[in-house]
Amino acid sequence: MSIALRAQALLGIALAVAAGGAIAKGELTGDPKAGEAVYARCFACHALTYNRTGPKHCGLLGRRAGSVPGFQYSVAMKRANWIWDKKMLDRFLANPMKVVPGTTMGYAGVKDRKERADLIAYLEQAGKSDVCREH
Amino acid sequence: MSSRIQTPDTSFALLHDAPELETRRSFLGKSGLVLSGAAIALLAGRDALAKGKKTAGSDVNVLNSALGAELEAIAAYQVGAESGLLQKPVLDLAVTFQGHHKAHADLLAQTVAKLGGKPVSAKEKYDFPVDTLKTQADVLRFAAMLEKGAVSAYLGAVPILDNRDLAKAAASILGDEAMHWAILRNALGEAPVPVAFMS
Ligand code: HEC
Repeated sequence: MSIALRAQALLGIALAVAAGGAIAKGELTGDPKAGEAVYARCFACHALTYNRTGPKHCGLLGRRAGSVPGFQYSVAMKRANWIWDKKMLDRFLANPMKVVPGTTMGYAGVKDRKERADLIAYLEQAGKSDVCREH
Repeated sequence: MSSRIQTPDTSFALLHDAPELETRRSFLGKSGLVLSGAAIALLAGRDALAKGKKTAGSDVNVLNSALGAELEAIAAYQVGAESGLLQKPVLDLAVTFQGHHKAHADLLAQTVAKLGGKPVSAKEKYDFPVDTLKTQADVLRFAAMLEKGAVSAYLGAVPILDNRDLAKAAASILGDEAMHWAILRNALGEAPVPVAFMS
């Protein structure tokens, strides 16, 4: 194989891998009902409407990371300069301690993509529900 | 320098190291704790770390967030016990379970301190949803939810603890929380063990 051909083959593989990656990362539509059950895993530390060991989750989508008044965040989370949207939540919840090194959320995360999508769909729906209206 | 071979299991050697173990035993004795297998594992874990293993930074965070949840559980059982809603056999359960959470919290706090961290302390005020707790069943359901959450939290801690002794200790606490959960469900008349796997 000539160098040019080899390069082309490699490029082809690289593109295929990239495309595969893109598909793998494509958004899943979550089922909020299934997500509610996944959310029970967070109950040791979180509630929708009030701060506990972790901050409350009402208002999560669309709020800046580390910004609930009166909650004592880690320096790492306070420094995180993003707004929580579905994509950032998906990244964070997959591996919290890797995405925010130094976070005080000592939890391995939700490794299953579908469960994560369901969970995020639930958080989104709950945020718009009556429960969260005044929180 | 210690002549002990430095493997991740080094700390197990400490289990047979009478003088060191005695020191711990009397130390724990003073704080009124019964020395359990988990206690030995936790404290032994710290020795493994002290001998220049991986930094314990993230382990401290993991243990501290578990501690925060334990402290809240203690406060929650206090609210339950003082609510006047719990009748005798159930009230005793609540007090017993609260005692377990105190033991977990004491041990976690000591371990965080030994790892060089600052143990979180109990909040002055917890926002429990007291307006939704009107009957004994409400209190039991609330407690069951916290206990199940605790199982999940420890399950989420085990794989990310760098130190295997600490992971073992977390698993030991997990088992205790799972028993609480099952008994609370049983007291509620629900299937005590509804699943084969916890998540
Ligand atoms: C062991 C306790 C614990 C568990 C279990 C836990 N969290 Fe957290 N969570 C925390 C703590 C503590 C923080 C604050 C982290 C910081 O300041 O670094 C946090 C922060 C967060 C944040 C950032 C919020 C903000 O205001 O910026 C999100 C999102 C979150 N948690 C979601 C979840 C979800 C979803 C689950 C369940 C799958 C979960 N957590 C399980 C303790 C926990």
